[in-house]
Amino acid sequence: MLYVPGSNPGMIADSMIYGADSIMFDLEDSISLKEKDTARHLVYEALKYLDFGNVELVCRVNGLDTPYGERDIEAMVAAGIHVIRLPKTETVQDVKAVEILIEQYENKYGLETGSVKMMAAVESALGIMNAHEIAHASNRLVGIAIGAEDYVTNLKTTRSASGIELIYARSQLLNAARSAGIAALDTVFSDVEDTANFENEVRLIKQLGFDGKSVINPRQIPIVHEIFTPTDEEITHAEAVIEAIKEAEEKGLGVISLRGKMIDKPIVDRAIRIIELTKASR
Amino acid sequence: MEIVKSSSAGTLDSCDIQIRIESNEIGSNEIYLKSVVEKQFGNQIKALINDVLDKHNLKSVTVNAVDRGALDCTIRARVESAVMRAIGRESLEDWSVIHHDK
Repeated sequence: MLYVPGSNPGMIADSMIYGADSIMFDLEDSISLKEKDTARHLVYEALKYLDFGNVELVCRVNGLDTPYGERDIEAMVAAGIHVIRLPKTETVQDVKAVEILIEQYENKYGLETGSVKMMAAVESALGIMNAHEIAHASNRLVGIAIGAEDYVTNLKTTRSASGIELIYARSQLLNAARSAGIAALDTVFSDVEDTANFENEVRLIKQLGFDGKSVINPRQIPIVHEIFTPTDEEITHAEAVIEAIKEAEEKGLGVISLRGKMIDKPIVDRAIRIIELTKASR
Repeated sequence: MEIVKSSSAGTLDSCDIQIRIESNEIGSNEIYLKSVVEKQFGNQIKALINDVLDKHNLKSVTVNAVDRGALDCTIRARVESAVMRAIGRESLEDWSVIHHDK
């Protein structure tokens, strides 16, 4: 997911050329208070006139505790945004309040109810403690994400290269997402020059089980894609598992093995995920 | 629609356009444009600006525009923002609906 400041017409116009799976136009923290109105207009007109292809289009709106949040939601629903990202989600009520507004504006603009999805960004200790309830709060939620900069500040620490300070939050968020059957998205890595530690962090979050990572610079996209794309060895194994399970089903076999190893449901599920990731990365 | 104050929107950065709007006394709209692509796109940019002014029924305003190669959508957005600020509103009351393939 590529972050694009909603106030920058050049970055918005270029945002679709870098191969990001998802583009997130920001109306929140990267926009100064006096430019909230102009950024909203700029993103709206860009969504109206530019061709973003098949990329998932996300907008991070301002919170409903500001004068901008509801206006952002109205404009983005009308603009046909795919996903509205809630900032600083701490409670179920935060999700419900945005859900009610989205439905209200879907009705106003004659859109099908439920057509606009939601993603909740959790950026505080309270949000992490409530992650399970947040993840289950709405059928519109397609994912939850961790926003680490605010979170570590709230914890009274800072981000480190190892990411030790985020282990609990990442694990909690990931389990919340999985229990709700939605995606888990990791936070940004702010130092675009530090490629080595960025790579380490992407490998870590992939191993934890995250579905993807937010990036603030297009240069970070190929690194995420490379690490998340299954290797040839993984693809070959996954295809063999799928083939073995097909054969077993045809022969009516209950338990099967592949090269001497038992194939059970978790192995089949992982193979299916590898095949899906491979298709998505091509 | 009445202009209640002079306003501006946009920047002088590349790919952007800066729009300044003020009311005038001559009873018609005037547009002064400086653009790096004025020879090729000057008339088109002015037509876009006029389109937004017409949409808001503005009939006696002066627009000073400095373009740095903005796309049409950016021009529309910046004029829209400047008009909203000039008429004292934060945002449109009704947006037209856009449908995207998913």
